Amino acid sequence: MASVTYEHVYKRFGDVIAVNDLNIEIADKEFLVFVGPSGCGKTTSLRLLAGLEEISDGRILIGDRVVNDVPPKDRDIAMVFQSYALYPHMSVYDNMAFGLKLRKVPKAEIDKKVKEAAEILGIGQFLDRKPKQLSGGQRQRVAVGRAIVRNPKVFLFDEPLSNLDAKLRVQTRAEISKLHQRLGTTFIYVTHDQVEAMTMASRIAVMKDGILQQIDTPQNLYDHPSNVFVAGFIGSPSMNFFEATVVEQDGKLYVDGGSFKVNIPENKKADYMPQKGKKVVFGIRPEDIYAAQYAAPGINPAPVKADVDVSELMGNEIFLYLLSGNKSFIARVDPRTHARPGETLDLVMNMDNMHLFDPQTEKTLDVI
Amino acid sequence: MSTATRRLRARPRPASPPARKPFRWGRALIYVALILAAAFYLLPVYLLVITGMKSFAEVSLATMWDWPSGIHFDSFVKAWFGSPSEGIRGLNSNFMNSIYLAIPATLGSALLGSLNGYVLAKWKFRGSDILFPLMLFGMFIPYQSILIPLVQTLQRIGLYGSIPGLIFVHIVYGIPITTLIFRNYYAAIPSELLEASKIDGASLFGIYRHILLPISMPGFVVVIIWQFTSVWNDFLFGVIVTSRPNVQPITVALNNMAGSYIVEWNVQMAGSLLAALPTLLVYILLGRYFMRGLLAGSLKG
Repeated sequence: MASVTYEHVYKRFGDVIAVNDLNIEIADKEFLVFVGPSGCGKTTSLRLLAGLEEISDGRILIGDRVVNDVPPKDRDIAMVFQSYALYPHMSVYDNMAFGLKLRKVPKAEIDKKVKEAAEILGIGQFLDRKPKQLSGGQRQRVAVGRAIVRNPKVFLFDEPLSNLDAKLRVQTRAEISKLHQRLGTTFIYVTHDQVEAMTMASRIAVMKDGILQQIDTPQNLYDHPSNVFVAGFIGSPSMNFFEATVVEQDGKLYVDGGSFKVNIPENKKADYMPQKGKKVVFGIRPEDIYAAQYAAPGINPAPVKADVDVSELMGNEIFLYLLSGNKSFIARVDPRTHARPGETLDLVMNMDNMHLFDPQTEKTLDVI
Repeated sequence: MSTATRRLRARPRPASPPARKPFRWGRALIYVALILAAAFYLLPVYLLVITGMKSFAEVSLATMWDWPSGIHFDSFVKAWFGSPSEGIRGLNSNFMNSIYLAIPATLGSALLGSLNGYVLAKWKFRGSDILFPLMLFGMFIPYQSILIPLVQTLQRIGLYGSIPGLIFVHIVYGIPITTLIFRNYYAAIPSELLEASKIDGASLFGIYRHILLPISMPGFVVVIIWQFTSVWNDFLFGVIVTSRPNVQPITVALNNMAGSYIVEWNVQMAGSLLAALPTLLVYILLGRYFMRGLLAGSLKG
């Protein structure tokens, strides 16, 4: 059990900067998820911590120990790989016992630890099998088991669910969360799937192009994205963005998107006043756009009209692909909504959850 | 492998049954052609066997294709044990020389090649991209061009004229090809496997011993067949390095068996057959692993 600290960490591969000035303090027992599109540096960040890549600049600490020059085996970490990386010639038992054997742990203790871990993961009946005789889900458990028996200070996961089918992924996601609660160890987890990040993390670090964009709890990340990238990456379907101008009319502030004009609520007026007359990027999530007749109570509604392009019934909701002027956007509306393609629909936006971003820097203009 | 090929074969079957019947004639023709070609290639072996069965009196150019008068193994016995009265040395001690030569030389070059391949494939170091082609370059140096420095070196280190000297030469000359085969074999093994064992606590050599070596058998089979055959069949290094008959490998001794005035062709042929047996046996015993080893990388996803 230990905290992990990245201090001004850089990783360069030739001219490419894979990790650019990464600063994170991960508390003991935290479940931190690195998320971002492929090539954003999240896996490299994890591999730097594991010691599989050398740090170009900066420091990484596990607890209060600088581990820059500590070999992987002495960092007191365990890692679960995307491909599971099970030793093909060893039985499940030997796969899990290997690390302990190398550390000269007494046989009886190895046996106890392996059986305990197998118990936790429900793979007790497979201990004599070879990895190729197991299904993907079972292999994944063995890979986790191999990490558990080591009783490390920090668990590292590199996209461990991406080789599983969708149903198993959901199930395993919950199991990893449970495992985290049970072991009470620091977990660091890399994924490109924002749903995995949202559901499991105590904090999420969003990365892009080697740069940490934002690190916060899932709720704060969703409610208060710090820039356009984070706003678009977290949440599914993605947040809608409109080029707009902030205008004042009759003592009220409006977001003027050309084909629509929505009122900024009174309580946010002061916050957005400095933007008056400026171009902004207006962001609103699909779930904050309602069909007018099914609008949720207690919201700060702003009416908008839009043409229906495509309607996708999901059962519990409808995804509407809408056109306002020639700008398309998505709304998640009540399943009772009648919307046929080509029709014009009355909608309301929940302006309590509106976001404004600077069109140049793409940083948020919200005041939190 | 078998499941993969079965799956591949099974797929086109439902679509093709009507197309199969007219194909049969063509197929028969192909088989006839193949059998003829095989027979043609086996002709020398046939000559080897029947001549070995003949007596010295029966052997002549005019009757070379004729059957022997009976199944006689006298020539084989003579080739193996020799005939002191006629001044023919038996091949038996040279056969053993070749065994003592080929087995350590094969295992030695296979092991070194495997270690080289491991480091070159998985522990890229500064200059490794230059070192590897340089090692491969060794394969293309003609044997003849290095004979004089080779002999001088062996004399200097006191190994000239001995089987250990010959073993040393074959190990060194085998390293490029064995390194190449193993490097390619190990390149196909996912690096995550090595990284996992690194985190588990294995050292550079521990990874090799515990993880890589146990899954290297297909690679070793390929290399062992290749090296055993080339070491066993080698003549040039043998004749250069070993001048005393009692340390010569069988290929050199076989050549020396032909007297200066008369060649007992029946004994010579019998001796050739004996000399060729071990490599044949290696192919027969390990041949299917050879194919499997060569294909392993391409079939495993």
